[in-house]
Amino acid sequence: MRMTSHPILSMVIGRIGLGLLSLLIVSLVIFFSVELLPGSYASAILGQTATPEAVAAMEEKLGLNQPAVLRYLAWLGGAATGDLGMSFAGRPVMTVLGPRLMNTVSLAAITALIAVPLAIMLGILCARFRGRFIDRFLSTSTLASISVPEFFVAYVVMMVLAVKLQWFPSMAGIRNSMDFGEQLYRMVLPILTLLLVILAHMVRNTRAAILSVMASPYVEMARLKGEPEGRVVMRQALPNAIGPIASVVALNLAYLISGVVVIEVVFVYPGVGQAMIDAVRNRDVPVIQACALIFATAYIGFNLIADIISIVSNPRLLHPR
Amino acid sequence: MTVTAEAAPVLEVRDLRIDAKSNDRWSQIVKGVSFAIRPGEVLGLVGESGAGKSTIGLAALGYLRPGARASGGTVRLLGTELLAIPEEERRPLRGTKVAYVAQSAQAAFNPAHRLMDQITMVAVDRGGLTRAVAEKRAVDLFAALQLPDPQSFGSRYPHQVSGGQLQRAMVAMAMICNPALIVFDEPTTALDVTTQVEVLISIRKVIEDFGVAAIYITHDLAVVAQIAHRVAVLRYGEVVEEAPIAEIMDNPQHPYTKSLWAVHEMPAEPSGAHGAKGQPLLSVETLSAHYQDFQVLKDIELAIGRGETVALVGESGSGKSTLGRVITGLKEPSQGRIVFDGKPLPEKVRQRSLELLRRIQIIYQSADTALNPRQTVRKIVGRPLTLYQGLRGAAREARVAELLRMVELDETHADRLPGQLSGGQKQRVAIARALAAGPDLIICDEITSALDKVVQAEVLRMLIGLQDRLGVSYLFITHDIEVVRAIADRVVVMQHGGIVEQGGKEEVFSPPHAPYTGKLLASVPDMAVGWLDRIMAARAV
Repeated sequence: MRMTSHPILSMVIGRIGLGLLSLLIVSLVIFFSVELLPGSYASAILGQTATPEAVAAMEEKLGLNQPAVLRYLAWLGGAATGDLGMSFAGRPVMTVLGPRLMNTVSLAAITALIAVPLAIMLGILCARFRGRFIDRFLSTSTLASISVPEFFVAYVVMMVLAVKLQWFPSMAGIRNSMDFGEQLYRMVLPILTLLLVILAHMVRNTRAAILSVMASPYVEMARLKGEPEGRVVMRQALPNAIGPIASVVALNLAYLISGVVVIEVVFVYPGVGQAMIDAVRNRDVPVIQACALIFATAYIGFNLIADIISIVSNPRLLHPR
Repeated sequence: MTVTAEAAPVLEVRDLRIDAKSNDRWSQIVKGVSFAIRPGEVLGLVGESGAGKSTIGLAALGYLRPGARASGGTVRLLGTELLAIPEEERRPLRGTKVAYVAQSAQAAFNPAHRLMDQITMVAVDRGGLTRAVAEKRAVDLFAALQLPDPQSFGSRYPHQVSGGQLQRAMVAMAMICNPALIVFDEPTTALDVTTQVEVLISIRKVIEDFGVAAIYITHDLAVVAQIAHRVAVLRYGEVVEEAPIAEIMDNPQHPYTKSLWAVHEMPAEPSGAHGAKGQPLLSVETLSAHYQDFQVLKDIELAIGRGETVALVGESGSGKSTLGRVITGLKEPSQGRIVFDGKPLPEKVRQRSLELLRRIQIIYQSADTALNPRQTVRKIVGRPLTLYQGLRGAAREARVAELLRMVELDETHADRLPGQLSGGQKQRVAIARALAAGPDLIICDEITSALDKVVQAEVLRMLIGLQDRLGVSYLFITHDIEVVRAIADRVVVMQHGGIVEQGGKEEVFSPPHAPYTGKLLASVPDMAVGWLDRIMAARAV
């Protein structure tokens, strides 16, 4: 097969192109599936007694009388430049979502900073001491943690740490007026819950990824060269397990952005998830669409990064013949 | 080279017994094996698959694969009883005092690290060498092993060098700490025959230059005759015969050893015994094929007569199997055509009639993957009977039984699943399945490569007998010259996707040869001591 001069570069560019294409398709789905919803926003807001003239005037004011394709193009063009349009409530969507997004991102970032290194470390430990106590203990407890729904984990955490022990507040309603320490203190419970939820998944997958590499002949060869078991795991197995580990980490980071709706609601944390619930309640279509687009971007973006990491970690691609 | 008889042995194995666990039951796979290796001596461990060769080889490093345990005996390496000390004390000996060379270097090198890092690792970690000294030594070894560009060879990744080079790099890795003993576990089995010669020469040179003792594990008697001083023949985990190489080659004592020797000298069928008269059954005309931009087949021209066996010979990557796929319609040619029984053959398998599909059958190398593991033999063999001939019920049952007898299996095998059969039996089932269609042409793609020599000889004999009875033609794809000698009427030699020579078997196998054919034939080791010496001597001139 013929290779271009920079196979990695062309593959990475290809992946980025594919990512953008998926994002475009997702944006189509987001925009037009909302279009398909029965009833119009204007008649819903104005009530059943509204005159057709009043509905038409409202639709004109919100720009809803334009053809859908034109509105889609305008929306997409705006989104590409960071302008997600006006909410039906009259404020720019970015003003509504901006601070919320910041909150979600900081919750996700703190959780990820703790969870990712910890999960990889525990996964390595399980693989190294396969079948021993630590492996069995972690395997069982992570399985239990995965099997339980996240809101249940949230309520258990809340009951023990907030209600019984009263160490932390059960409500995580942070405000800008609070200093960082105060904010962090209020975020402990949601962080802890998210940790329990994503840690289990990542630990199990890291362990599985390493163990599947541990079955390779070159791992046996390393043992036959007298390499200590710990080094076998770190030096022989781990470098070859980076791809699968990156993809499970990416999945969980994406979850931290888009999947935290339930956790945010349980702890009344003012994040994007909460904002979306409010928007759904108020039929504020531009905000809903913006939230969906943000979530989709997070998913596609993280998976894209994971893809690129697994391409770059493959020596066959990194060092072509 | 001199082997000092009075020196203390490097390795002494006494009454070694190893159990392996299968289906929750322990069974003995090595049953009281004893041998000793003196400094500078090479012991050949010969036997068929499952004889316990690798298990014994690994035990020499004090290593047992997961699911195996030593149940008796001693393994004494340089005076240290390996089975009596804990793993933490055995481990430091590996790589420094005793080293291992695996069958597939491609699999045994870690794809994520440069060769130099992997080769010098043991020396730097535990051999007491600095990195610079270890690298210097590695470069010297690369040069001794005749690797290209020794200075920069180590900076490459495993996938950046060829299979033969990688195998030699593994020898360098084993030699880096100057161990007293190296275990070579089928180090040339995965290589093409022309590459095998190069690796054998390197191994011989290293063993002689450094005076290292070795265990050389192989199923290939011709190879062991070139390398070993003494040979131990293993069967079912027991040594049936042990003797100096010259003695055992000339005068094998044990009946099993004799049978191994006998299959190596299979009587060659005289060519032209079958068919080849009148209009050919199949002719391939100026055929080319591509995988994307890469041309795998170039201007192939060949013909197969009725009841004739045409052997397609060449190294891996020469396009043999692709040609088989094009004839079956699984791969489209980019140019040229195939005429079958006087009519052009549609290119794609979808365009061919059921009748055409019936008349051309294929059998693959690995019966393990070619047979559905969840179907009984009855279902596997009966399916083409129903599909092509509409047989059902008792008629089908009778025909299945008949086919099983034709491939020398018992009717009771009909109820078995492939997993309950041996490798040879599975390949017989695959042959019965092909025969069930009643084909005119069977494409045999390396069908005996995965089989032991004794089984291989039986299968070949059976195929020849079937051809006499049924008049079927074979296109026999193989890299094994022995097999070609045994079965072919005509021979087609392929290299880089093109045909370099074709003709009757005697014609191709006797000089003058096309240059590549000559090289190929010269690379096949003789079943005699001294063949490699002659090649090395010829090269030194």
